Amino acid sequence: MDLADLYRDVIVDHNRRPRNFGRLAGAIHSAEGNNPLCGDKLHVFLEMKDDIIRDISFEGTGCAISTASASLMSEAVKGRSRAQVADLFGSVHRMLTRHDAETDADLGKLAALAGVREFPMRVKCASLCWHTLNAALAGSAAPVTTE
Amino acid sequence: MAAVRVMRGHFDVERVRADFPVLARQVNGRPLAYLDNAASAQQPAAVIDAVAGYARAHHANVHRGVHTLSQEATALYEAAREKARRFINAASTTEIIFLRGTTEAVNLVAQAHGRPRLKPGDEILVSWLEHHSNIVPWQMLCGQTGAVLRVVPIDRRGVVDFDRYLAMLGPRTRIVALAHVSNALGTVLPIRAFLDAARERGIATLVDGAQAVPHLAVDVQALGCDFYAFSGHKMYGPTGIGVLYGRERTLEAMTPWQGGGDMILSVSFDGTTYNHLPHRFEAGTPNIAGAIGLGAAIDYLKAIGMERIGHHEQELLAYATARLADIPGLAFVGTAPEKSSLMSFTIEGVHPHDLGTVLDSEGVAVRTGHHCAMPVMEYFGVPATTRASFGLYNTRAEIDALREALLHAIRMLR
Ligand SMILES: Cc1ncc(COP(=O)(O)O)c(C=O)c1O
Repeated sequence: MDLADLYRDVIVDHNRRPRNFGRLAGAIHSAEGNNPLCGDKLHVFLEMKDDIIRDISFEGTGCAISTASASLMSEAVKGRSRAQVADLFGSVHRMLTRHDAETDADLGKLAALAGVREFPMRVKCASLCWHTLNAALAGSAAPVTTE
Repeated sequence: MAAVRVMRGHFDVERVRADFPVLARQVNGRPLAYLDNAASAQQPAAVIDAVAGYARAHHANVHRGVHTLSQEATALYEAAREKARRFINAASTTEIIFLRGTTEAVNLVAQAHGRPRLKPGDEILVSWLEHHSNIVPWQMLCGQTGAVLRVVPIDRRGVVDFDRYLAMLGPRTRIVALAHVSNALGTVLPIRAFLDAARERGIATLVDGAQAVPHLAVDVQALGCDFYAFSGHKMYGPTGIGVLYGRERTLEAMTPWQGGGDMILSVSFDGTTYNHLPHRFEAGTPNIAGAIGLGAAIDYLKAIGMERIGHHEQELLAYATARLADIPGLAFVGTAPEKSSLMSFTIEGVHPHDLGTVLDSEGVAVRTGHHCAMPVMEYFGVPATTRASFGLYNTRAEIDALREALLHAIRMLR
């Protein structure tokens, strides 16, 4: 187990200076996610134009993995359609959970999270933001949880 | 079964460590520094051997057969009950009920003592620092009976407000349920004073002793509580076994909680006669091996001496408090004047979950999260803390390792 592989520079940087952090004034979709195990809370805000995520932000408290993952996700999904986001989530999910999987080329900076799969207890930290994003896209009112 | 030697002279931590096989192992290439004792403590060889020895030579069901093994199993199981009785100085083994642990004990009291007695508007008093297992069973009971759960506040140090407690004891208070020692903050309650005030008013009392019995000598008769609950796995015994002490006259007035074998004298479809204490509250085949292991853990603690253990742990706590105090951005959560040997803390800019992972990579095991005490986290306005909890086998070197690992995490993540 190699810590440097988990806390890569990109992760540490996005944890220190999370991008798209805060509350989006024009948000029309939002959802809340909780990880009851560690008390993490995440709120995702979306501004949609038709099928496209025009803008996104997030707020909350979490560990470095969950904060960096949300920050990286917010950069990655901006300007993408629902279908593209679903594909991307599929790739991220494979990367986080499958040891055999090659990391998909289209992941870009999100590939920095590949080290998480060596730390099974931390997979939920990295995926919380994606589940919350899905809930926001689905317009679901109930908070999602990792448990 | 392994004989237990009595420790004389000064406390020799290296000799103690040699009794715990797991402490010899490495984690992630480093010597294990096990600082998660408040969650579950490790087992000495004497406990492991007692459990295995029972399985190898004496296993059978208890209280049921005339054959030799059943008699031996029954004798071992009941001998463990007598050890538990002496450990907390109960008046009689009829007052010692073996259960799964503290959680089951609180649930039993809520359902078998509380449920038939409580009326709408009656009050149950707990403190703000309770473990969820001393909150949720009472909330469930309130839902069933219309009783009201009231919460005695704590202050910024994590001390339960005694004056407010006195003021909250009222004509409708029926049950007071308090932790002896807080698992999230380490606060040791001056429990005698709390219990005296309740008893003077005729209120039933339960003490959650899960975090107390591994660290200090407990005398339930001196305390004068109605119920005292604890778990084996926090006092170097196995999981799945714990004790509910109940004062005999309080237990006698209770109806059974679960029905089944062992808790009856006779069963017919015309009516069933319940067994005597304590068996009335032990329905079904009990955790025989667990009880025997718990008995061995009690022997082990007694051979070393609770006073000696407490002294060693308090030294570790003082050392750790001093060693961690100058770590930049570290804030202790829980600074009561009287504390058991654990420290909860936060480090600015580093989430407890990340700390836990970095520490583990250096062989240091701590607990991170809400410690099953979410109201405590809410009170201090933190989502989670990191908790290092010390037991009788911990050393100053392990605290130094903790400090180094914390500094490493800060350099890496802040
Ligand atoms: C103070 C306290 N009470 C109750 C419990 C519950 O004990 P158990 O899980 O063994 O039932 C614990 C430990 O988890 C505890 O620390």
